[in-house]
Amino acid sequence: MKNMTTKLLLAASLIAVAGCAKKKPAELPPPPAQSEMPAAPESTGPVSSAPVPGSRADFLAQVGSDTVLFDTDGYNLDSEDTATLTKQAAWLKSHPNVAVTIEGHCDERGTREYNLALGDRRANSVKNFLVTNGVAASQLSTISYGKERPVATGSDEASWAQNRRAVTVVPN
Amino acid sequence: MNPCKPLMMALAGLLAAPPLQAQIRVDITGGISAPMPIAIPAMPTPAAANTAAGNTAALGRQVADVITNDLKNSGLFAPLGPGAVRPVSFKEVTSPDLGYWKGTGAQALIQGFVQANGDGTLTVGCYLYDIYSAPSASEMTRQGYVVSPRDWRRAAHKCADTVYTRLTGEGPYFDSRVVYVSETGPKNNRTKRLAIMDQDGANHRFITNGQNIVLTPRYSPNGEKIVYMTFAAKQPRVYIYDVGTGSQRLIVQQANMTFSPRFSPDGRYIVFSIAVNGNTDIYRVSAGGGAPQRLTTSPGIDTAASYSPDGSKIVFESDRSGVQQIYVMNADGSNQQRISFGSGRYATPVWSPRGDLIAFTKIGGGFSIGIMTPGGGGEKILTGGWQDEGPSWSPNGRVIMFFRTGQGSGKADLWSVDLTGVNERPVPTPLDGSDPSWGPLLP
Repeated sequence: MKNMTTKLLLAASLIAVAGCAKKKPAELPPPPAQSEMPAAPESTGPVSSAPVPGSRADFLAQVGSDTVLFDTDGYNLDSEDTATLTKQAAWLKSHPNVAVTIEGHCDERGTREYNLALGDRRANSVKNFLVTNGVAASQLSTISYGKERPVATGSDEASWAQNRRAVTVVPN
Repeated sequence: MNPCKPLMMALAGLLAAPPLQAQIRVDITGGISAPMPIAIPAMPTPAAANTAAGNTAALGRQVADVITNDLKNSGLFAPLGPGAVRPVSFKEVTSPDLGYWKGTGAQALIQGFVQANGDGTLTVGCYLYDIYSAPSASEMTRQGYVVSPRDWRRAAHKCADTVYTRLTGEGPYFDSRVVYVSETGPKNNRTKRLAIMDQDGANHRFITNGQNIVLTPRYSPNGEKIVYMTFAAKQPRVYIYDVGTGSQRLIVQQANMTFSPRFSPDGRYIVFSIAVNGNTDIYRVSAGGGAPQRLTTSPGIDTAASYSPDGSKIVFESDRSGVQQIYVMNADGSNQQRISFGSGRYATPVWSPRGDLIAFTKIGGGFSIGIMTPGGGGEKILTGGWQDEGPSWSPNGRVIMFFRTGQGSGKADLWSVDLTGVNERPVPTPLDGSDPSWGPLLP
């Protein structure tokens, strides 16, 4: 019965996250239209109990974002990115048993092979920042998807801006 | 698929070489001259017989259709196929009815026959005539092919290759296959499968099931293997697929991503890239596996390596200067020289099998396919779509296949273009397609 309650609460909090997904998160770079990036959950309500500690929902709730965005062909981290990643680092350090994968992605306006390499650069850029900020390297793995897995499907600057990203994926 | 059976043999004894004389020739220097009109009537059969590929009478028409399609797609011919000219009798095959053929407007004529042999094989005869050589039509070449019925299309491609080579002076390319990435599904979650087909789109089959993303397949020089990259087990790595057995194996055991593979011209090595902590360099490894040898060390992305046909050099792209440009180095990694200096970026260089040109993707505004010499001269842009990329050469170095992605939809399709920049045409595939690799001329 306790298990069931937990699941229900988790489901409710996921709905809360999904429900505000289109809201502009304060700490993120200028908003791409139709952002699918997860955002911080709304403040307390009847179903505001915390997600399961160490879960993806918990990560999203506490860090605010699993994603940082990059300039065209870029892999440097700006101050907004490092603010997000500093929170990610704190969460990862407090959950040392959670292994995560950092996915590097690119927009469609590059050749396939170059984008695989560029996605690897982006994922490693994030990994290096997290390690420098105290996260155990053994917690982190990287993978590049190049341009093969966009989140925004338009062929326009707003979509490309969302697709040039690195996503820290906590196991569900 | 049947590996390495002796599929066909030319009937050299039966079919003597024709006498040489001043004869017609197709101008191949540019796209300005009109394609040569050539008649290709349905091929008769000496005796109608049922075979595993259908009746020989029906096959004669189908063979002529395949030849017609090949020659038309080359852009150098204006074929009058079986639908446009009358069929011929078996005894006409060696003595064409000049009065009729002159009236068609054709300059050359392909006649032939399809015969069922007692041992279950087919013989396809193929004769090329110059209609206007005085005083009578002269036979320019003749060939015969013995094939198993399921390979009847290969006999047709061989006939088309013979005619094409005789009339253009270029090497053959119709009897060849293509491996590519078949794509379907929504833009943010495309299913990608390796598929093989004849260069004209026939005999299509999938060789991976779409469970994992697969990219950049490339044929081995003898067509028996395919090297490619797969995301199997979420570990993007280079694998080799054996076309005959269907088996696959990891080529290099590596903690990091391996990608962008390509065979050396002798098939002994695979040149590929490894991304280590954000830095990508080019390596080479024996096709049998073993320890990779590092060829580039620059900080930056060095990838998309392709050997010169003699194996002595490698062309590749690097962003060491700030953006993607094309470089050439010796096969051991020494003497790395930048060769692209135009405006914009240059990517995915591929050395022509003739050695005289390098095809590439040019990025600047749009994405186009272009060519330049190995010294970097003579740059010419051949295509212009929203996004054209990933060139691959035909076995004779005359035609380039590439893929074109649509704006918005993200749907990609295969296209081909003549190296003079004319005759751009779609290559038929059952679904969408990307990353074509044109295999060698079949034996």
